[in-house]
Amino acid sequence: MSDFWSIWISVITFVVILGSVWLLMANRKIDVKGDLAEGETPKTGHVYDGIEEYDNPLPAWWFWMFIASAVFSLVYLLLYPGLGNYKGLLGWTQEGQWQERVDSANLVLDEQYKIYSATAIDDLAADPAALRMGRRLFNNNCSLCHGIGGVGANGFPDLSDSDWLYGGSAEAIIHSITQGRQGVMPAWGAALGDRGVEDVADFVMSLSGLPFDMQRAARGASQYQLFCVSCHGRDGGGIQALGAPNLKDNIWLYNQADTSLLENIRHSIRNGRNGAMPNHREKLRPEKIHLISAYVYSLSQTNQQP
Amino acid sequence: MSNQNSSGVLPQYNNKVVKQFAIMTVVWGIVGMLVGVVLAAQLVWPELNFGPWFHFGRLRPLHTNAVIFAFGGCALFASSYYVVQRTSQSALISDRLAAFHFWGWQLVIVAAAITLPLGLTSSKEYAELEWPIDILITLVWVCYAIVFFGTIVKRRVKHIYVANWFFGAFIIAVAVLHIVNSLAVPVSWFKSYSIFPGTIDAMVQWWYGHNAVGFFLTAGFLGMMYYFVPKQAERPIYSYRLSIVHFWALIAIYIWAGPHHLHYSTLPDWAQSLGMVMSILLLAPSWGGMINGMMTLSGAWHKLRTDPTLRFLVVSLSFYGMSTFEGPMMAIKTVNALSHNTDWTIGHVHSGALGWVAMISIGCLYHLFPRLYGKKKMFSENLINVHFWMSTVGTVLYIASMWVNGIAQGLMWRAFNSDGSLTYSFVESVEASYPGYFVRFIGGTIFFIGMLLMAYNVWKTIEDKQPQAQNIEGAAHA
Repeated sequence: MSDFWSIWISVITFVVILGSVWLLMANRKIDVKGDLAEGETPKTGHVYDGIEEYDNPLPAWWFWMFIASAVFSLVYLLLYPGLGNYKGLLGWTQEGQWQERVDSANLVLDEQYKIYSATAIDDLAADPAALRMGRRLFNNNCSLCHGIGGVGANGFPDLSDSDWLYGGSAEAIIHSITQGRQGVMPAWGAALGDRGVEDVADFVMSLSGLPFDMQRAARGASQYQLFCVSCHGRDGGGIQALGAPNLKDNIWLYNQADTSLLENIRHSIRNGRNGAMPNHREKLRPEKIHLISAYVYSLSQTNQQP
Repeated sequence: MSNQNSSGVLPQYNNKVVKQFAIMTVVWGIVGMLVGVVLAAQLVWPELNFGPWFHFGRLRPLHTNAVIFAFGGCALFASSYYVVQRTSQSALISDRLAAFHFWGWQLVIVAAAITLPLGLTSSKEYAELEWPIDILITLVWVCYAIVFFGTIVKRRVKHIYVANWFFGAFIIAVAVLHIVNSLAVPVSWFKSYSIFPGTIDAMVQWWYGHNAVGFFLTAGFLGMMYYFVPKQAERPIYSYRLSIVHFWALIAIYIWAGPHHLHYSTLPDWAQSLGMVMSILLLAPSWGGMINGMMTLSGAWHKLRTDPTLRFLVVSLSFYGMSTFEGPMMAIKTVNALSHNTDWTIGHVHSGALGWVAMISIGCLYHLFPRLYGKKKMFSENLINVHFWMSTVGTVLYIASMWVNGIAQGLMWRAFNSDGSLTYSFVESVEASYPGYFVRFIGGTIFFIGMLLMAYNVWKTIEDKQPQAQNIEGAAHA
C-alpha cells in the first residue's frame, strides 16, 4: 500500500471516531430545565403531524458506553494493524496467529508422538490406542482413495488384504506413504494388435483359474513370454520391486464394475495403466506416517477387515 | 389534527400509492415467508428438493430477495410515502412518478421470482439479480428519490422530521450501494461478470451486503419507528438530541462495518481490524434508536396492556436492541472464529429480520390500514393479539434453535483429537443440527401462519361496510 492510501485510511478513520466523540460532547447536556417527574420536560417546539419532541439529555449510561467503545477502538488500533501500513504494537498478523496455534498444538502432539515413534510398527499394531490414532489419521488423509477401512476401489489398491503391489512389510508401507509410488503398465495395443490383446487377456484369465478360451490362451502364452514376463514374472506372480501385480491371485486392481473382467484386462493390456500414489513427506510428519503405517500394517495382519 | 405550523387546510395526500404498497407488503410477506418455510422444511426433509427449479440453492435467494426487497421494500415505501407527506404537510410532488415507482418495483419482484428459480444469478448475496433487472431497479430507485426528496423540498414546516432523515439516508445509501456493487460486464442478456477482481470483489460485496442491513433494514425501519411509535403511543419523542447524535453516528459508522464478514480471509489484516472496531463502535448509535423508541413510551406503558399494535412496535424494538448487541459481539474476531459459517449467523439475521423488521412493519401496517381506509380500527383486535404472540413465539423458537445449532456446529468443527485429527466429520455436524432445524421449521411456520391471520384481518377491515369513521389524518381527502 502506498503512503498516500495509508495516510488516507488513517485520516478518515480518525475523522469518524473522533468526529463521533465530538458529536457526543457537543450534544451532551446534563441539566434539564424543569422536572421530569412532574412532566415538565422541555420540548423542542417542533411539531410534525402532531408528534412533539422532548429535549431530554443523552442518557448517562449510554453516553459512557459510547465513550468506552471509542476508547476501546483507539486502543485496539494502537495495538493491532488497522491504520493503513501501521503494524500495531503487538505485531499481530492472522498468519502469525495461525502459526502460533499450530505450534502450540504440535507441542502437545509431540509428547504423544515421541512415545509412538520410538515403538516398532509390529508392537504398535497390537496397541489399540495407537491403532485408533492411526485409523483417524488414515481416514482423514488416505480414505478418499483407499476407502474407509482401506478396502480400496477400482484403481486404488485394497490395503486390507494380504496382496501387496510393493510389499507389505512395515518398511515398504512407510516407503510407499513417504515417497509415493508410480505404477506404470505400458500400452501394448500397438505392438500386439487387436487379436494379440485378446489372446494375452485369455492367458491372463487362465493364470487365476478363471474361464478362458483354450486356443487364444495358447497363442497368448507365447506373447506373454515375449512382452509381459520381464515385469510380471515367468509364472505371473509379479515382482514387488517393480510394483508389478501378481496375476495369479484373482485380485484385480483395475476392474470397472460396468464391464466384464475380461474386458477390463484387455483394456489394461491395450491402453496400459498409470497408478499414482502421491508422496506425503511434505504433508504428513514422519510420526504420523509411522502411525498410519502401523494401522495399514495391522489391516493385513488381522486380515479380518470387511 | 392541530398543527402549529399549519396555515390553512391540509393538502390532498396521495394515499393511493401508500395503499398499494401496504397491501403488497402483506402479499409479498406471505410469499417470501412461505418460501422461507419451504427452505426450512427442505433442511429437515431433504427429499423436498424438487427438480432444479425448486432446489434449495435456487429458492434461497428467492426467499432473501422476497422478504428483504419485496416485503421490507414495500413496507418502507408505504410508510415513507405516508410519513413524508404528513410530517412535511405536503402531497407527493408527482403521482405519476409514485405510480411508476409502485409498478416498476412490482415488475422487479416478478422478474426476480422468475429468474432466480431458473438459475439466473450474478451469485452476489442479496444482489443476485442480473444486470437488466439491476438497471430497472436503478431507474425505479431514482424516481423514488425524486418523489421523496422533492416532497421534502416542498414541505410546509420549517424543520425536517427525524423519520425523514432516516428514510433519506436509506434512499441515498442504497442507491450508492446498489450501483457500485452491481457494476458488471454483461456477456449476454442473462449473464454478467462483476468488474471487481477477487478479494476486492468480496470486499465490495460485503460493503454492500452489510449496508443493505445497515441502511435498508436498519435506517429505513428506524424511520418507520420514529413516526409510528410516537403516533401509536401518543407520546412525544423522548430526546431530540439523542436523535441527532445517534443518526449521524449511525450513518457515519455503519458504512465501515462490512469487513467483519471477511474475518480470517484473504482480506488484509488492517481492513479486518477496521471492520471489527467500527462494528463495536456501532453498538451505541444502534441502541440510541432503541432508547429513543422505548423511552417514548414513558408515561404510556399502561397502553401495552390494551394495545396489541403498540406491543408489536415495542417488542420489535427489544429484538432490535438484542440483535444490534449480538452483531457487534459476533464481529469480534475471537467470537467470529466460532460463529462464522454456522447457523448462529442465520439466527442473528432472523432476530433482526423477524423480530425487528417484520414486527415493526406489522405494527406499522395495523396502524395504517384503518386510517388509509377510513375505518375506526382493525376488524379484530383479538386477531392482532394472537398474531403478536405467534410472531413473538415463532421468532424466539427460530433464534434459540439457531443459537444451539450454531454453537454446536462451531464447537464440532474446531474440535480435534489428541493426534491432531478432527474429531467430527462435517456430516456429523449436519446430523447434530437436525433437531434445531426442526424447531426452526416450527418457529417459522408459526410466524408464517400469523401472517395469514393478518391478511384475513386486513381483508375484513377493508371489506367492512361500516359507515366511514371520522376523517383520520386526511384519509378522507384522498
